[in-house]
Amino acid sequence: MPAETKKLRVEIRPRPAREDPPWVRRLAIAATLAIVALLIVIPVVNVFSEALADGIGAYWANLTRDDDTLHAIKLTFTVLPFALVLNVLFGVAAAYAISRFEFPGRAVLTALIDLPFSVSPVVTGLMFVLIFGLQGYLGPALRDDGHALLAYPVALLLVAVLAVAYAIVRPRNRRARRGLWKLHPALVVAGGGAAVFALAVAAQRALGVWPSGKSLEVIFAVPGLILVTSFVTAPFVARELIPVMDAIGPEEELAAVSLGASGWQMFWHVTLPNVKWGLVYGVILCTARAMGEFGAAYVVSGHIAGQTDTMPLRIEKLFQEYNLPGSFAVASLLTLVALATLVVKARLGREQARRAKGTP
Amino acid sequence: MAHVNRSVLPGFALSLGYTTFYLGLLVVVPIAAVFLKASTLTFGDFWATVWTERARAAYLLTFGAALVASLAALALGTLVAWVLVRYEFPGKRLVDALIDLPLALPTAVAGLVYASLYVEKGWLGRYLVPLGIKGAYSRLGIVLVLVFVALPFVVRTLQPVLEELDGETEEAAASLGASRFQTFRHVILPALYPALLTGFALSFARAVGEYGSVVFISGNMPHRTEIAPILIVARLEEFAYAEATAIAVVLLVLSFAMLVAINVLESWSRRRAG
Repeated sequence: MPAETKKLRVEIRPRPAREDPPWVRRLAIAATLAIVALLIVIPVVNVFSEALADGIGAYWANLTRDDDTLHAIKLTFTVLPFALVLNVLFGVAAAYAISRFEFPGRAVLTALIDLPFSVSPVVTGLMFVLIFGLQGYLGPALRDDGHALLAYPVALLLVAVLAVAYAIVRPRNRRARRGLWKLHPALVVAGGGAAVFALAVAAQRALGVWPSGKSLEVIFAVPGLILVTSFVTAPFVARELIPVMDAIGPEEELAAVSLGASGWQMFWHVTLPNVKWGLVYGVILCTARAMGEFGAAYVVSGHIAGQTDTMPLRIEKLFQEYNLPGSFAVASLLTLVALATLVVKARLGREQARRAKGTP
Repeated sequence: MAHVNRSVLPGFALSLGYTTFYLGLLVVVPIAAVFLKASTLTFGDFWATVWTERARAAYLLTFGAALVASLAALALGTLVAWVLVRYEFPGKRLVDALIDLPLALPTAVAGLVYASLYVEKGWLGRYLVPLGIKGAYSRLGIVLVLVFVALPFVVRTLQPVLEELDGETEEAAASLGASRFQTFRHVILPALYPALLTGFALSFARAVGEYGSVVFISGNMPHRTEIAPILIVARLEEFAYAEATAIAVVLLVLSFAMLVAINVLESWSRRRAG
């Protein structure tokens, strides 16, 4: 009798419905390890092994004794901060507008943010050559009087900064608005903007801050590199922030505003701290991509050693010159940046998981 | 309810205004410039530039290699995502972190190291070249780097979907007597279709535009291993801007059309999956 119950118990044991047979499991794990080893691990190890093939002394000399390589490293770190600042400002604004408000054309705007992902880098470079190149739409004007033309974008920037300042200072409470504050904001921005713009341009005419008759180089120079790098990395911050802002929801911001916070108080104390980690990850992705941009930089820079070569372009030039150790030395620096990106990402993932557990 | 009435939260005009201003200046105007420049060509000239034998070979290679590579990445990526979600094994966290490397590694580095791995004296080439498998300076090499570039897009799209997959339907299928394979084929796979499509679309779009890594590994031989972006650069170096632009327009239009088609397909399959 006891023997029979025992047998029955064995038969009742539930079938593991979601488990695969052990041989499938082992085979799949082995295949995954093989894929990752072949596609990712072996190449990374190879970068460092080739870079250090002639010893650490030669590696160091390859990086520091070559003026063109040093210049390329410097140039990459000159372009990077511009692209980062531009795209963080853009990413935060775009994510806030898209995840907090409903407006016509929202879907189109979202698609537009992703557009740079589907444009080939070479085509990106070509676009800016067509606008700013010598034969481009703005080319002749830039060549004849480029520096003096700087007055126009600078005046535009000044108007934008003043408009933002106006939006910050203007009292939110209707009753607190007196005198000139009562004017319609659109009227103030349009009228005031036109006046400031005209003044700035007139000041340039009178004082000649920027010399006239001097050409401004965009293509085959640093401004072109900044433009294409910003274009290529434009989606990163926004794409990281939109899902984060969507997930958090507007409740805390609404609470802040209803408790009397001004728009900027709400932004600095509620919106930004909430999306901090998403922003950090977006910036890191943006950094990695900006430092590694090749195709667009290739077209726009003219690929001049010691002048417009960034680190990836320097890698290609050294490779063409059959200087493989030099080429791999520069590549190893970029690989280190990529590996650091992965480490930070893993840290952030754990941080977020902990936060999610702490606040259910 | 994620969206609120625009009058409640501040900053609508500022954030939207800046976004449209920035996108307009940096993205819309340059893309418009390409089409404007292309429109200066007569249709006959345009056609003569974009439909040469060399150009046709380049399009075929660009889209063909991207297609093969994204399909391969789809198969490999699905397996990797499945293993990372469903199984436990030592080193899993490391493998999971490494999947993102192709997103962070500059493509020029990828091209350089792949080329050096698969040449005759390289770590992998020394075993493969005697077998007749040429991974460097060949079409196979182009596909290889494109798979590398595309893999994370597939894995990262599938992972969350696999994690949220409802276990009950699988258990129901098993309790009704389905084999594990039948369950996978008829229960799990259909639920993955939208994610598979998205992963494919992302990797395809990325692979079509890829330039940096391909330059190193393809050898850039006209008619044989020359992709369309390389053709554009070749035209630019001859200062033939209009011709370069014409080829760029073809590339832009084709990849936009792909994106639209795949988006439509995706929403269709999402509706069908419910």
